[in-house]
Order: sequence, then C-alpha cells, then structure tokens
Amino acid sequence: MCQVGEDYAEPASEEPPPRQPGREQKCVKCKEGLPVVVIRAGDAFCRDCFKAFYIHKFRAVLGKNRLIFPGEKVLLAWSGGPSSSSMVWQVLEGLSRESAKRLRFVPGIVCIDEGAACGLSPEARAKALAEMKLILQTVGFPWHVVALEEVFDLPPSVLRCFAQEPVGTEGAYKAAVDSFLQQQHVLGAEGAGDSPSLAQGEEQLSWPCTQDPQNPQSPDRPPTAAQTEALSRLFDSVKTLTAKEELLQALRTHLILHVARTHGYSKVMTGDSCTRLAIKLMTSLALGRGAFLAWDTGFSDERHGDVVVVRPMREHTLKEVAFYNHLFAVPSVFTPALDTKAPEKASIHRLMEAFMLRLQDQFPSTVSTVYRTSEKLVKAPRDGCAAGPPGPRCLLCMCALDIDTAGLCLPSPGCSEEGTGEWVLGFSSPLVPSAPLYLQTVPRLLGLRLPCICPRRSPPPHRPLHPAVLQGWGGCRAAVGGPGPARGAALLSQGGPPSPRHRAAVLRLPCEHEGLALPGPPAALHLGRGPAPQPEVPTPTLLREPWGALGRSACGATSHPAASPGPASSSRSRSTWLRTVMMRRRLARAEPEDECPGPETPRVPGLGPLPR
Amino acid sequence: MAAPLSVEVEFGGGAELLFDGVKKHQVTLPGQEEPWDIRNLLVWIKKNLLKERPELFIQGDSVRPGILVLINDADWELLGELDYQLQDQDSILFISTLHGSRIGAGSTW
Repeated sequence: MCQVGEDYAEPASEEPPPRQPGREQKCVKCKEGLPVVVIRAGDAFCRDCFKAFYIHKFRAVLGKNRLIFPGEKVLLAWSGGPSSSSMVWQVLEGLSRESAKRLRFVPGIVCIDEGAACGLSPEARAKALAEMKLILQTVGFPWHVVALEEVFDLPPSVLRCFAQEPVGTEGAYKAAVDSFLQQQHVLGAEGAGDSPSLAQGEEQLSWPCTQDPQNPQSPDRPPTAAQTEALSRLFDSVKTLTAKEELLQALRTHLILHVARTHGYSKVMTGDSCTRLAIKLMTSLALGRGAFLAWDTGFSDERHGDVVVVRPMREHTLKEVAFYNHLFAVPSVFTPALDTKAPEKASIHRLMEAFMLRLQDQFPSTVSTVYRTSEKLVKAPRDGCAAGPPGPRCLLCMCALDIDTAGLCLPSPGCSEEGTGEWVLGFSSPLVPSAPLYLQTVPRLLGLRLPCICPRRSPPPHRPLHPAVLQGWGGCRAAVGGPGPARGAALLSQGGPPSPRHRAAVLRLPCEHEGLALPGPPAALHLGRGPAPQPEVPTPTLLREPWGALGRSACGATSHPAASPGPASSSRSRSTWLRTVMMRRRLARAEPEDECPGPETPRVPGLGPLPR
Repeated sequence: MAAPLSVEVEFGGGAELLFDGVKKHQVTLPGQEEPWDIRNLLVWIKKNLLKERPELFIQGDSVRPGILVLINDADWELLGELDYQLQDQDSILFISTLHGSRIGAGSTW
C-alpha cells in the first residue's frame, strides 16, 4: 500500500473531497469562518478555530501527562527553529493568561550556538546570535546562550544518571496544584499579573534578560578560537553525516543537561513536533536504537535521573507549526544546520525524512499512524522490575545497555577456560536473580538447535550430573533418570539415539565423545526450584563450578564414585516418566540429527538420587 | 492569452537559501497563452529564480514533500493545489519544513 513513488492514478484523478477540500467549504469547527488551513485529512479550520485548536493541543498534552508541577523550573530548549519557537511562544502566551488557566511553571530558555559544528563563519554566527538575543529579550524569560564549544568544559557529571526523584503520583500532582492555588489565594489575588508564582522564594518579578542568568562559567564571552578549532576537528573526524548528526545531538543533550543542572532546572522542554518524532522513530530503528524508542520519542525522557526531558509539541505536525507561526507572527531565526542543503541520501536522517514526507504526501495518515504507534511504546525495564538495580548504561546516551542480562548469550567461564572463547548457550552467573525467568526461557532454549560449539575437547573429567540441577531445568525432569549408567543408557536407547537437543533435554551434558558443550543447567537454577540437593551428591562443588563444567560433565561410561544410586523404589516411575518425555520430545520436534558426532547410545552418567 | 501578472513570491523556513537568501520576490509573470497556475509558476520559478539545487525545491511538477505552499495566507489544498489559477497581486509563500531548515530529524530539539 504505502509504496513511495508508486503512481496511484485513481486517487489523483478522482480528487476525493477529503483530500481536496475546496475554499467554498466552511470551517469544520465553527461552520462559519472561511477555512485557511487543512489539518489531517480534510479538516479545514478557519483562523480562529485553528488557533484555539493549536493552543488547546499544547495545553492538553501538558495537562494530560501531569509531569510539570506548579512552580517548577522548566528549561525551554530553543533552537530558533519553528517548532521550538512555537513552543516558547505557547509558554509565553500560557503564562500570561488569566490565573485559572495559565501555566504554572517557571520557565527559562537555553539556546545553543552550534555554528562551529555547522561550519559557519564567525560573522554569520554573530549575526545569528544577535537575532536570537533580540527575540530572547522580547520574550523576557531568563535565557542562557551557550556555545557548543563549551562541551569541552563539561564535568563528568553529565555522563552520570543522578538519583531520580520519585515521580509524583496522581494524588501528589493534584495536591500540589491545590496547594498552589490556595497559596495564590492567600497571597491576595494580586491580580496574578504576568509573573508566575514564587518558587521556593525565588524572585521572579521581572526576568532579567542579560548576563545574570547566563552560564556563570562563561559570562557572555565568545568561545576561544582554539575551542572552535577543536570542535571543528572533532566533527571533521567523523566521516559520515549520520554520525555527525548523532554526535551533535549527544553533545547538545549533554550541554543542555549541564545548563539545567547548573541552574536548578528539573525539566527541559524540547520542541520536537509530531513529524519530527515520527521521522526520529524510524531513524532510530534504522540506527539500531529500537530498544530506546520510548525514551527517544515519548513525552517524557527520564534517563538522566534528576532532569526530565518533556516534549509538549509532540502532537503538533510541522504543517500546523509552520501555519501557526506564519499566521500569528511567531518569531523564529533560521540558521543553517549541519545538513542544510544536503542531498537526500546524505544521511540516514535525511533519507528517512524524505521517505516519511513523501509517504505522508500520498497517505496523509502516515505521520499520525507512526505517532500513535510511538505512544504505545512502554518503558519496560528488562527484568520487569522497575525498582531493580540499574544496569550498565551507555556513556553517551545514558540508556541502559542493550545486552541480555539473563546471560543467555554470555560466554561461560568454563568454556573460556578451555580456550574456545566461544559463545555457549547457558547461564553465566550463579547469581541469577530470577529463577522463573529461566523456567520460562529454558524450554524455549531446548527447542532450539544447539550449536556445536566446542567440537573437540579432551575428555572431560568425570563428574556426576547433579540431579537436583537437572531437576531444576524447567519443564524437563530428566533428573528423574535412573540411578546407574546402565539404566540410563537403557532409557535413552529406548528413545532411540536422541539428537544433541534431546540429549540436552535428558542429560544436558555432552557425551565425552561428542565434546559438545551443550548448555548445562545453571547452577543457580536449582536455587529457585526443587529442594536442596542431597548431601551425598557433591552439590557445593557443582554449584560453584562454572556452568561450563557442568556442561562438561561426562556421560562417561563410568559413573562417578560420588554418584550413588537412588532409591530403587522410585526408579521405575521415574524411568517411565523419562521414557514418555523422551518420546514426546522426539515426536514434537522431528529434527535431523545434529552434525556433532556422538555415539549411538550416549552414556548416562551416574545419576544421583532424585531430590524430592 | 493570459495577461501579465504581478505576484509576490515569498520563501521561508530555510527555502530562501536556494534563492540567494532573498525571501520576498516581487515578480511579474509574462503573458502567455495558458493561464498562469501554480504548476506553471513552479516551472517559471525553477527557470528564473532558483539559483541552485532544484531537486531540493521541486520534485516532478510539484514542490518537494515537506514544503508548504500558502496562497494568500491559505493552504493551497483548499484552493486546488497545482491547478489554482493565479490572480493579480496574489501572494504565494513557500515554507520549508525540512530538516535541513534547522534541526535534524535525529535531534532532540
């Protein structure tokens, strides 16, 4: 359906009314005014209704999410572009409304001068800066202009996630708002003029719009030539435009984070529009950041801990923003960016933008569909435990590292001891937190074809296969095997020569002749399941051994002296069960024999007694 | 035979970069047999005003996706898009919403 470039003749010739609303139509909202803009697919709004719609969307996004508490200091990230300019203008208008409906936070503006990264001449930078300062003075909020070169002076703290304050619950937000309103009342309805309420005793009578609020480390002095040169070298060393854009974004984020932390802002508002976020979502997927879409494109981004990034413009499309800015004279400053005039395939970002916009042209619901999809993304931590200990984080973007912390793909120490260093399925750490996770994961593992990882190895030492460990293997109770190797072999032979997977299912051990490092059950499995191992079995040793050692446990013909036969009375029921399991598995997954060599009848190690 | 038209063509949002940085152009379209519409205007702009990189502004016979067109401060979708017949003293505004205008699609703001 959505094939860019494909010629859809019918829609163009038919000109369906939703796509081509005529001027003779009336505004869909008030049914009276002459429409000036078409929003979405066919909704024509007149000027006033459009303005109301636009403002309402902005307020609704803030109100719906309830993250910004009254009196909170919020830093507005302004680039000069249309979306962020519109956002600043909305905040300005919102703060000046009548007291019941006006916005209640304390804004500041940060603006980053990125001329060095974009290769602008000093004159061009100065000119752009002058224009920006003019607008900043008009707006009147405390503003901070920071040159991108200041990234070289950033402290390491920007690369750390500080402890996050607990997010207020619904009740907490409402209580904060109520107390704020009461405070306003008590303060004597001072007209609620234009200045917002005091926050923690801060003076906000009239925002000084000069150097005072600026970064104290660089009071309005331009960056040195050396710093500019260093920044240019940094960006020149990056070969692709995609990487440059990502680098610029990372540096920008760090700089703004630093400004926010330095000046006590707990929230940062960015002007990402719906269109931009839809493009960003697709670009992030292409760049391998699919795991972090919820943070990159959601309304709030709490990865930095103490400073939360919110995106109040995320429901406004670029078209609405551009129309609003034009119709209502919102000032903005255009400065060339890193990829101004870049061809379409210059970077992944450009390509994705062209793709999305072209698709949007043909199918006007594209951006909104992508946006709605992004709304469904949930920031679920990997282990399902939101309050769990934070895992390792990326140094640059502060997102949790996208590694499989269940250890499913980590090298086993045992394996590495043998010098293979290859990946072996299994569990690396005995300190696995969640036994149920394994019990869900392991049966799936058993269903997988296990790689022949350690093809040839010296005969592993004869170690017993710990029955408790075997029993702990979710869904596979092969530990109920017979006591002696002969019986075990008999059981297996009844099931025919099993594939390594089956062998794993039964034994989870390679035969010594195979040398196959099938995954041994993690030592910790049994921690979560099954009773403690029997004393006669050398449990502690096995548990402390790397699991690879378990994996190496022999299906040797000779049983370990430590392995003692289990109680004879229960062995028959166990053997029946085992036989059934084997046959069922074999029937369920009819797979060819694994290429790993192995004896026809793998030998069963001496199985310890079945722990009850 | 269409009479010569005098229209104002304006560029914003970064599109002016392709036109030597000049935002407003007061142009006089010469008389021709066919009436002037946006389609013809684009061809004319490409031939006479566009200084560089035509592919960044025009795609096929229409503008590149991402460039908004306002005719007398109204969305051109309401007026027939490419088929709108130009009148004298019309004002046509092209606003670029493309990334290259300011911030990257990959950026946070």
